Amino acid sequence: MPLDNVVFWVFAPIAVASAIAMLVQRNAVHAALLLIVNFFCIAVFYLLLGAPFLFAVQVIVYAGAIMVLFLFVIMLLGVDRGDTLRERLVGQRPAAIGLGLALALEVFFAVRAGVGFAAKAPVGFEKVNAGGNAQALARVLFRDYFFPFEATSVLLIVAAIAAMVLAQRKARAITQAGAEAAGRGEVA
Amino acid sequence: MIRLPLVLVFSALLFSAGVYGVLARRNAVLVLMSIELMLNAVNVNLVGFSAALRSLTGQIFALFVIAVAAAEVGIGLAIVILLFRNRETINVDEVNLLKW
Repeated sequence: MPLDNVVFWVFAPIAVASAIAMLVQRNAVHAALLLIVNFFCIAVFYLLLGAPFLFAVQVIVYAGAIMVLFLFVIMLLGVDRGDTLRERLVGQRPAAIGLGLALALEVFFAVRAGVGFAAKAPVGFEKVNAGGNAQALARVLFRDYFFPFEATSVLLIVAAIAAMVLAQRKARAITQAGAEAAGRGEVA
Repeated sequence: MIRLPLVLVFSALLFSAGVYGVLARRNAVLVLMSIELMLNAVNVNLVGFSAALRSLTGQIFALFVIAVAAAEVGIGLAIVILLFRNRETINVDEVNLLKW
């Protein structure tokens, strides 16, 4: 068995197990930490699939920035709020199990029809990555996908401004709303 | 390199776990975290196909998905904080103003 497959079979169960453990975890902080484990495993897969630049981006952006943001908000909103996993809809669980099995079958047949389970490992990707993965990516990104790249920068600026506007404490607006509510006879 | 069918089945598992989290969890922060799980599954798929087709386009798309995910998390968490400030809860079951 080649080394790549050994690494895959070590990290794939860890990734799936941490994802499932995150879903059944009541404590939000523990769930966030399990998600970080999952992100690191996915970063290893990027390395295996010939994408070392995405490996670095995954660790820095996801495991670093995004998860710190999540943990920050969880701490801000209080960590003692337990979440119940009890289902309220009648008959949801059997229906979910049945449909999940159907989906698994569908994935099985789709993969078998599309690429085949006997597909060989892809070869010759080193030629695409010639001169370094980051350099090759930059060549494609700035030649073929320059306009989407610039659109992404606009998107990020708009998102940053929107997050700031949404989360700032609008003292005047709140007192106005309270005055209106009091005028309608409601409890502000 | 890993064989493509393994990558596809693995990312399908991760995506299904994310869908379950979005549908079953009531904590809004955990719902957002499940969405991240789904986006990551999509990224694994894109990078897997990029390797199988010997083209870098898949990796470029994964980069864009990561950028959009970062923007989405910023907005999503701002909305969660706003929700908590106005309703004193981040339980998505109790936020039913738009429910008919």
